Amino acid sequence: MAVEGKAIDALSQFELGTTFGPIGRAVGFTHSNLHMLIAGGLIVALMIYGMRPRAMVPGRLQSVAESAYGFIDDMLLAQVGPEGRRFFPFVFTLFMFILFGNMLGLFPYAFTYTSHISLTFTLAMLVFVLITVVAIALHGTKFFGYFFPEGAPLWLAPIIIPVEIVSYLSRPVSLSIRLFANMVAGHVMLKVFATFVVMLGALGTLGPVLSIMPLAINVALVGFEVLVAFLQAYVFAILTCIYLHDAVHLH
Amino acid sequence: MVNDRDAFKQRLDAARARQGLDRATGKDAGKGGLPGGNWGIGFRAGVEVVSALVVGVGLGLLLDRWLGTWPWLFLVFFVLGSAAGMMNVYRLFTPRRLRKD
Repeated sequence: MAVEGKAIDALSQFELGTTFGPIGRAVGFTHSNLHMLIAGGLIVALMIYGMRPRAMVPGRLQSVAESAYGFIDDMLLAQVGPEGRRFFPFVFTLFMFILFGNMLGLFPYAFTYTSHISLTFTLAMLVFVLITVVAIALHGTKFFGYFFPEGAPLWLAPIIIPVEIVSYLSRPVSLSIRLFANMVAGHVMLKVFATFVVMLGALGTLGPVLSIMPLAINVALVGFEVLVAFLQAYVFAILTCIYLHDAVHLH
Repeated sequence: MVNDRDAFKQRLDAARARQGLDRATGKDAGKGGLPGGNWGIGFRAGVEVVSALVVGVGLGLLLDRWLGTWPWLFLVFFVLGSAAGMMNVYRLFTPRRLRKD
């Protein structure tokens, strides 16, 4: 898979295949779906088993669950304000789903479902539809005033309004591209340097010594990818919060 | 007793702040912003421009196909997309708290 002939094949890791044999093929159940289910199961398990002791001084699992809860709660309070509390379930689910997807993808043989634009764009459209519906529900037709900042000269309206609309529509695109591009870039780099290890290792007597260099890079890259996996989930969640702030307060 | 009452007041204040009953002031306002870092900001700016262009060009092409006005709406929306991209980047570098809200 890594080395086919002399070429570096870094993209086949993103190919979708079906799992669970003939049953999976019949219903089109892919690796991606399987990993989403695993991530969902792990999140539920973390919250249920982590919070089961209900200890005053939390154990390890409980403090993970509590800090994840507190992290998103603080983020919503700081970015949206007290009104943001009611969006907690949505933002928390989104954050945990993306975080677990990114982290699961770092395990060997695992599939990174967040590396597919179809998934990230679906999540971003979910956010987009939510913020639009919330803004219209809370502000009615005043929502459309959002596209024309008050105080701007009226003759600029034919320019400002289309630009604002395009800018508003670009939100889900930039949200999804950011997550998808980060995950793809990280995994491609990992795969390329891993291929260098194999290629250099087959180079005769000096090869195995030289192949330590790309191996060292890969070790550093994995650490970096853990950071990126968390950071991208955080950025997705906080941008959702910022958009929610705009929807609730209309500037 | 005095000590107890102070402790209660502290806990009450903490609880009020947690529930957002007191308006967050100063210290809390800047917390939880977007992460900085040169690469992060550069990448974000690039993504903002590209996504605005994608939306602009996409809208232009769709409207052109619908109305049969190729290539005029495409050109118009290309310019609008670039302007929207620039505006996104400008928003990125203007702190949200400074804008009137």
